[in-house]
Amino acid sequence: MSWEHVPGYFSEMEAFGETTVRIDRPRIADAALHMRDAEGFNMLSDVSAADYLGWGEVGVAGYWGAPNGRDANAPGSWGLAKSPEPKPTRFAVSYHLLAIPEARRIRLQVWCEDGESVPTVVPVWPTADWHEREAFDLMGIVFEGHPNLVRILMDEDWEGHPLRKDYPIGGEPVRFSEAE
Amino acid sequence: MATTTDHAISALTGHPKIYEGSRIPHPTPTILQVPDDLRGDDDILEINFGPNHPSTHGVLRLVVSLDGEDVVGLKAVIGYLHTGFEKTMEQKTWWKAITYPTRMDYLSFQQNEICFVMAIEKLLEVEPPPKAQWMRTLLSELARIHSHLVWLGTAGLELGAISIFWYAFRERDLILDLFEMVTGVRMHTRYVQTGGLAEDIPPGFAAECRKFIDVMPKRIDEYETLLSNNIIFLERTKGIGHLSAEDAVALGQSGPMIRASGVDWDIRKAEPYLVYDQVDFDVPVYQEGDVYARYKVHMDEMRESVRIVHQCLEAMPEGPWILDDRRFVLPPRSELHTSMESLIHHFKLVTEGYRVPEGEVYQVFESSRGELGCYLVSDGGPRPWRVRFRAPSFVALEATATCLSNSLIADMIAIAASLDPVMGDVDR
Repeated sequence: MSWEHVPGYFSEMEAFGETTVRIDRPRIADAALHMRDAEGFNMLSDVSAADYLGWGEVGVAGYWGAPNGRDANAPGSWGLAKSPEPKPTRFAVSYHLLAIPEARRIRLQVWCEDGESVPTVVPVWPTADWHEREAFDLMGIVFEGHPNLVRILMDEDWEGHPLRKDYPIGGEPVRFSEAE
Repeated sequence: MATTTDHAISALTGHPKIYEGSRIPHPTPTILQVPDDLRGDDDILEINFGPNHPSTHGVLRLVVSLDGEDVVGLKAVIGYLHTGFEKTMEQKTWWKAITYPTRMDYLSFQQNEICFVMAIEKLLEVEPPPKAQWMRTLLSELARIHSHLVWLGTAGLELGAISIFWYAFRERDLILDLFEMVTGVRMHTRYVQTGGLAEDIPPGFAAECRKFIDVMPKRIDEYETLLSNNIIFLERTKGIGHLSAEDAVALGQSGPMIRASGVDWDIRKAEPYLVYDQVDFDVPVYQEGDVYARYKVHMDEMRESVRIVHQCLEAMPEGPWILDDRRFVLPPRSELHTSMESLIHHFKLVTEGYRVPEGEVYQVFESSRGELGCYLVSDGGPRPWRVRFRAPSFVALEATATCLSNSLIADMIAIAASLDPVMGDVDR
């Protein structure tokens, strides 16, 4: 089935039995409304954000053990067998939709860079409230139009967004780790 | 871009499907605002309920505004148990990360573990042997009974029914004994491996498990005589904490929450996984949407789980408990003493881990408290790039403001308990 008629349609992909429809970032709220009212996806299961900083590159930051991160090519390292497909931008936000009772699922996906905001879908599915707050808290993605976009899991005065790949692991410095 | 967003929201006012007749607060769906005519009133008392309060099932904090006995404002504050499991799992190999999901929802640990491993198997595009499938089904149903028993005991305790707590924990202990027999530990078992189970089912397990499922239906009857005909319990649970079917769907509720609101939705029936398409069971649905309906759903689900466990024991096939796929399965222990290659292979799998093909999947699982989702991103390496759990308790707590609107402070405990939050699952 083609999803070209969805507002803001960019591309679609089938993998592992799941459909992913990529939507233009500014039009995600329109697409969400269309999916809910015209396609019957009455429930939003989940909103997941992912950070692709350093995807497939040498020296991915935020890894325990090596100051330079992991080396994808060094022999004996925990590197990759082959380089993965490049990603369009740094962040992806995935909306997992569900249609009850037909049991259909689909994933809407938008891509953004650091500092770009994503329109909120809270008016479409109220359950997005906390999911978007969590994505903001842990990944630093700003949802434009969200009624109460504040931290949810971390302290209110916390600095940084812990699930980002450039967020340091460990928290406390390890002695002699710099002295190699 | 601003114009597009404005357009989307204005379009919504033309489609007032969600907010017409809905009890979901507006504009923030999870915060009950004090009404304008009461704001600034000296009689409004703001109370911090928690985070350390025995009746909140952990470290849930409810900021409640009270007008006399009436709850007029409410905000749920979470995050006190945030341990960063998702971040930690990105640093571990796939193999080692399996220990973490069990610590999230610490009442239905087997289910989290199976869900995570099923997501890895989806990326690897492998299917475990039948024996592993049936055993996973059996374990996840035992975990459901275990979780519901703890819920029943603590929820009853909060309403002053102390005896139910002792009865429920007596049976819970029997289940933990069964887990100990199979896996060697009572909680956080880590029995499930990619491709199957870590070890064969021990001899004598079927007999012990039969003893339990023979006794369990009578025990559930006992609970029902203690509570279902108890006038105090009925008075304190009927007609409070109402959640309509439309609101439940809009708030993303699942599991016992949505079935108590009259929506016939169970992932085990609608999107069967493991061997749920081969076992016979019913999905209890109640229309009332109140605390009592949630109690009834929990009780009926325990009976259905006993039925499923019985069928699993009857149908448990013989044969291997794990795939013979050396890409990600450890070589058998006996080979390590005779084969150098197996020893090297074992070492490599444990230290370096196995590689999982590049891609992203969302695996769903009907856990004790609803839809458990596991979103995985792999870059083709031996460690997950991104792990995210869609925690059913997290979503259930989003309904606090809706369920608690127009309620009394005395009912708040019963309503919060009926949402069945496990704070480890909420905060991860």
